Amino acid sequence: MDHASPLAAEARPPAGRGSLHRFANPGRFLRLSGRVLPWLTGAALLALAIGLPWALLFSPPDWQQGETVRILYVHVPMAWLAMGGYLALAIGSATALVWRHPLADLFCRELSPVGATVTALCLATGSLWGKPMWGTWWVWDARLTSVLVLFFLWLGHAALVRAFDDAERGARMGAILALIGVVNLPVVKFSVDWWNTLHQPASLTRLNAPALHVDILYPLLVCALGFTLAFAAVVLARTRAAVMERRVRALQVAAARRAEMPTGDRMAGSVG
Amino acid sequence: MSRKRRRLWVLLLCGLGLGSATALTLTAFQDNLVFFLSPSDVVAQGAPAPERAFRLGGLVEAGSLERTTAPDGRPAARFRVTDGAHTIEVTYTGVLPDLFREGQGVVTLGRLGPDGLFRASEVLARHDETYMPPEVADALKRAGHWDPAQGAAPPAGSWNRLDPARMPGRDGS
Repeated sequence: MDHASPLAAEARPPAGRGSLHRFANPGRFLRLSGRVLPWLTGAALLALAIGLPWALLFSPPDWQQGETVRILYVHVPMAWLAMGGYLALAIGSATALVWRHPLADLFCRELSPVGATVTALCLATGSLWGKPMWGTWWVWDARLTSVLVLFFLWLGHAALVRAFDDAERGARMGAILALIGVVNLPVVKFSVDWWNTLHQPASLTRLNAPALHVDILYPLLVCALGFTLAFAAVVLARTRAAVMERRVRALQVAAARRAEMPTGDRMAGSVG
Repeated sequence: MSRKRRRLWVLLLCGLGLGSATALTLTAFQDNLVFFLSPSDVVAQGAPAPERAFRLGGLVEAGSLERTTAPDGRPAARFRVTDGAHTIEVTYTGVLPDLFREGQGVVTLGRLGPDGLFRASEVLARHDETYMPPEVADALKRAGHWDPAQGAAPPAGSWNRLDPARMPGRDGS
């Protein structure tokens, strides 16, 4: 991407320089996220505790799809998270490449397995929905195929950042892959408008005229909020764990070095 | 600072190049990316080589569906697929999907014979993007605002806030 640059010097930008650097400080991130995480988790559980029973038990069936329509309440939030999460991965990757924030690298590394999981759930629920309604588990239309490509991008990123002995090199390769994959996002979103597909167009294009009855729309929105908060909480917890893991490793390395050094000095001294 | 700015510019230029390359590729392969052809496409470009299988999609025309039984006892159907401008007659032997009905979207895979009859080997239902409770659909039908056999539901703004609990008895409103 770039010529050799003094990485070590740039990896730790002086604190307080620029607005972004302030939040990239791992210590401050741990303090802030530690305070936010319990609230985020609580809000996610609350939204899901309201949204899921509302959607799965108390909302009406669809006039032609019947009870099968309830797959919507999981399928659509997973599809939104698969795409929104990928946008977050792209922003994190651009931040990591341009500003070289170690925290952005860790965030991307911990995000992609979660993103792959929601995309897999989106594909699986879609397939389960397609069989009874369309009459097929899978077709190679533009929407389904582009979401499958999105799934492979998530998996590829998760594998690539872990495939290098040098973590920094892996993170850089992963960031480049993630940014190349961004071209797939508009294809996923607009595939149903650009080409004939078996998948129907979006129901929720404008919030003032959704093609869903409000009795179906409101539980969907609460479920989507709950799943989004849960997604954010899981990614935040994973990123925190990764930061702490890295700290522990740094401390262990430092301790091992300290344990070795004095004996080396003493031996050198005794010989001399 | 200048190194970061340069990296940002390199990134933006790469993105621009990649984006235009993708857009050009997708435009070039436009014809291969469609999942099905509409009857108008078939009329305009002619069927893709005689006896070559392709997918035909559209709405099942109102009043065109005839269900019969094939000599071997399997269910069979004959219907017309329309996109408003043109229609093509389709025959199919086998079980139709649950959502199949007049006015519903379908995607059929098969071959167009020289007699203009499309012999399908697979029929998939293609539903639209509207979702509504049965009471609301019934109310729209009773009020004469919507006949599902004729195609898509009326604009969503006219029904997505109707209160299903107050539907029966207030049909004409």
